[in-house]
Amino acid sequence: MSAAQATAGHGGPRRTHDGSASKRIIVGYGFWIFLLSDIVMFSAFFATYAVLVGATAGGPDGHDLFDVPNVGVETACLLLSSFTCGLASIGARARNGLLFYGAMAVTFVLGAAFLGLEIHEFSGLAARGDGPTRSAFLSAFFTLVGCHGLHVTAGLLWLLTMMAQVYAKGYRADILRRMLCFGLFWHTLDIIWVALFSVVYLMGVAR
Amino acid sequence: MSASEPDTAPGDEPVEKHEAEGVGTYLIGLGLASLLTVVSFFISGTTLVWGPSIPVALVVLAIAQMGVHLVFFLHMTTGPDNVNNVMALAFGVLIVLLVLTGSLWIMAHLNHNMIPMDQMMQMQR
Repeated sequence: MSAAQATAGHGGPRRTHDGSASKRIIVGYGFWIFLLSDIVMFSAFFATYAVLVGATAGGPDGHDLFDVPNVGVETACLLLSSFTCGLASIGARARNGLLFYGAMAVTFVLGAAFLGLEIHEFSGLAARGDGPTRSAFLSAFFTLVGCHGLHVTAGLLWLLTMMAQVYAKGYRADILRRMLCFGLFWHTLDIIWVALFSVVYLMGVAR
Repeated sequence: MSASEPDTAPGDEPVEKHEAEGVGTYLIGLGLASLLTVVSFFISGTTLVWGPSIPVALVVLAIAQMGVHLVFFLHMTTGPDNVNNVMALAFGVLIVLLVLTGSLWIMAHLNHNMIPMDQMMQMQR
């Protein structure tokens, strides 16, 4: 590893010789702006859901449909995966292969378990005739929760890509920048899930 | 901002930390987030508290948990190295609040002012 690569990662100088911020800070900041725009998009879906939550067209409402223990397991999976993702980013920065690959694998298993439970829930609803075409409430529900599920799917594909890139290219500065962005993405998905299980599921059941 | 207060990338630890300290930060975050999640799930199913207060409690708990995630998982701090990240976050929160309150407010008024559906059907005949 060259000296430039050794100092360009975390722990290297935060500013370049001309005083501007390092590439890691600029890349992370840019990705943070993207994530905030993603959160704004989710807020539009949340607003749609909140407006349409009573429009059940004589069909079932959240109290009839939602399975709280199932949501609890989903929440535990995603929260633990956020924690293991943090461990993986520590492992990447410390160039600790065991910690990085182990934590990334656990993150993938937990994320896949979350996704499997969600697909099981969706297919169960659709099989009972309570699919997205049943009412405006269910259209909004499937759009909002499904959009989060699609993000998790994309995150899982990205996770596998990061493991393959670290395996093939090592802990290079550009790979570590991608790992920083992946960590931000995965933690942000968990933040959106907090809003989801509180507003959609728990309020739907308490209503 | 002077050069002695360099920026920190969002998601990075604000200061150089030993590996074990980094794990500790995530552990504290996991503990606090688990606690808030358990309280949320408990409150949604309980009859111990006054019913109409439950949605308010759920919103407060959710915002608190998002704060825990931002501080312990995304390492947002109030330090001078994090001003840019927090300013962007503040702008995002402003837009989210405008979208949510604006939509709910306008749609509630439209609902209120709309002619009941059965009358509308009669007018169309």
